[in-house]
Amino acid sequence: MGARVPARSVSARVGRWSLRVHRRTALLSASALLAAGALLAVSLCTGSYPVAPSAVLRALFHGTGDRLAVHFVNQERLPQALLAILVGGALGMSGAVFQNLSRNPLASPDVIGFNSGAATGAILVLVLGGGAAPVAVGAIGGGLVAATVVFLLANSGGLHGVRLILIGLGVTAMLGSVNSYLLTRSSLHDAQNAHIWLIGTLNGRSWGAVQTIAVALAVLLPATLLLGRQLRILEMGDELAQGLGVRVNLTRIALTVLGVGLCGVAVASAGPVPFIALAAPQIALMLSRSPGVSMLSAGAMGAALLSGAHLFSGQAMGWFAAIGLVGEQQQDSQLPVGVTTAVLGGAYLAWALFRRRRSTQG
Amino acid sequence: MRTEGTTSRMRREVHDTALATEPSKSAVRGPGQRPTTTRTVLRGSGLLLLCTLLFLLVLLSIWVGTKGTSAAQVWHALWRDDGSYTTDVVRQLRLPRTLVGLLVGAALGVAGALMQTLTRNPLADPGLLGVNAGASAAVVFAIGVFGLGDFIGLVWFSFLGAAAAAVAVYALGASGRAGPTPMRLTLAGAAVSAGLGGIIAGLTVFDAATYDYLRFWMVGSLAGRKPELVLDLAPFVLAGLLGALLLARSLNSIALGDELGKGLGVHINRTRGLTVAVVTVLCGTATAAAGPIGFVSLVVPLVSRWLAGPDLRWNLPYCMVLAPVLVLGADTVGRVVLPEGELEVGAVTALVGAPVFIAMVRRRRGSAL
Repeated sequence: MGARVPARSVSARVGRWSLRVHRRTALLSASALLAAGALLAVSLCTGSYPVAPSAVLRALFHGTGDRLAVHFVNQERLPQALLAILVGGALGMSGAVFQNLSRNPLASPDVIGFNSGAATGAILVLVLGGGAAPVAVGAIGGGLVAATVVFLLANSGGLHGVRLILIGLGVTAMLGSVNSYLLTRSSLHDAQNAHIWLIGTLNGRSWGAVQTIAVALAVLLPATLLLGRQLRILEMGDELAQGLGVRVNLTRIALTVLGVGLCGVAVASAGPVPFIALAAPQIALMLSRSPGVSMLSAGAMGAALLSGAHLFSGQAMGWFAAIGLVGEQQQDSQLPVGVTTAVLGGAYLAWALFRRRRSTQG
Repeated sequence: MRTEGTTSRMRREVHDTALATEPSKSAVRGPGQRPTTTRTVLRGSGLLLLCTLLFLLVLLSIWVGTKGTSAAQVWHALWRDDGSYTTDVVRQLRLPRTLVGLLVGAALGVAGALMQTLTRNPLADPGLLGVNAGASAAVVFAIGVFGLGDFIGLVWFSFLGAAAAAVAVYALGASGRAGPTPMRLTLAGAAVSAGLGGIIAGLTVFDAATYDYLRFWMVGSLAGRKPELVLDLAPFVLAGLLGALLLARSLNSIALGDELGKGLGVHINRTRGLTVAVVTVLCGTATAAAGPIGFVSLVVPLVSRWLAGPDLRWNLPYCMVLAPVLVLGADTVGRVVLPEGELEVGAVTALVGAPVFIAMVRRRRGSAL
């Protein structure tokens, strides 16, 4: 990949904890977070009911002005835009954890069957007639059960990477089929609801969802950042890491738990939004030209990506209606964000292939 | 670049270990050397045994159903049309369903084996070529945008969708200087599938009627297939199977590595292109006829490699027989397992196939697959 920029880094020290950050990585993380903030600001003003920036500020800080504007800004757009940042950050970091652990750039939490288990749990709850909160609980429960089963099945005789992926694949395929079957046996209304959940959406989420994921991230985020450092040592090989005093198996298990936790809170809040966990770490890696995937930049990149996708999804139906792709009656409905990220994901992979076309390693 | 390097290395490792632990060494032999006679006899008799099993399953599949008819009645109805109700059921429902299962199974099994050899990845699935996503997207377009409702029309539509997606994947994967390498094809398939998945989601999210069709199509079923469908499918499947057998020798050489294959006189890129075409025809037909039936094209080639060794000249015939055994067996079980109604064949293959697959991974300590 050409000459590598010598690792310039900045470090921060708090007591006995120190954090060394590659300079370009730090810069990238900061700009990605800034971009996410800017996208949030834009998304507060836009939508099927546009609100002027001054009116947004009034609504935010004084709660005064047009009652509809106050409601839209404070009760719908702000929580959903914040959720986009938090969910995107959690997905990006969880992707970085799994890609580092499996040393496979295509790995994501799906590998260990989490998402398909979460889908089974959520569909079951939806079919039995549960609301948003029970669905989230069902999703986390189902995801954890599936991930645990995959681990137990794979774990006799060491946590071998390939074996884990193979068994994850088997469990995923089986659950996918169970999910398809459940969808055919429920009423069309329930199935359609489950379908939207499975695509991944932020629509209709409110402050409750933001609070839940914020509390969870307050625990998971610092832990992941701290353990991420050990991950860098693990990359050098188990024996070397052991020699450097890292408890290899313990670290690996702790990181897996954190990765599953991050993915779990994201899926519980917004459904299995595709592509962010896969691409955010890789895009961050490409832009920062750092030697390994950094948790911080992957998270920041995920937040920016999902914020952008969220902003686009809010506008898309209006644009589609304007060019006659969808009927007038649908122009005010919001596209689930998962649709946008899936199409983006395809475009990203195709672009990555195309870009590699000219390189020597083609 | 880092992406490609690590993943392909990993996949190669999987492949290498798969070959290394294989009991048979016939693929490592030069093309001129013949396998020992005892092996040939063993493999031949194994194939014969499987054919007998398949024949029995075909009869069972025609016989078993929700309407209780005796085996003698069914046998009679097969040979003479006496205009009775039983004859109608057997000739209009059971027989077409069984034949569609036979064709779909053979197509999926062989497509899987070709795909795994082509990508040098024992976990490859024709779905990686974007066939399933293409077929699903075509079904969604046909119903949601063009308002198409008739079944045979949808079959053709999904076949074209599968073919278009596979062509797009191949074009994207082959666009580099290195040509259609396994890794590029896999990534291109992921890209096209992801994009199409998003489009399918976008088209169905506000369109309940289309989604209603899609959710039943997605499971994979053989129920209610008409006799005409068999005649529509058969030429495609038979041509695809023949093409696969003709490609077996060249693919055997490519499996040894690009350099060695070239040295053995194989035109690498042409063989890859032809293989993708055959996989598309086989898998496109199967998916169009029965929806995306999972696991058959993944697990059957694994079992067949385990029984017959990696030599495709034996492996492919084994797949042709083993896969319909799985599909017809699953379909027959699905008809009787529920107290009321049926379990779709796609659901049964996954529920039976996945535990078998996991058990194999565990038994072989994760290396032999």
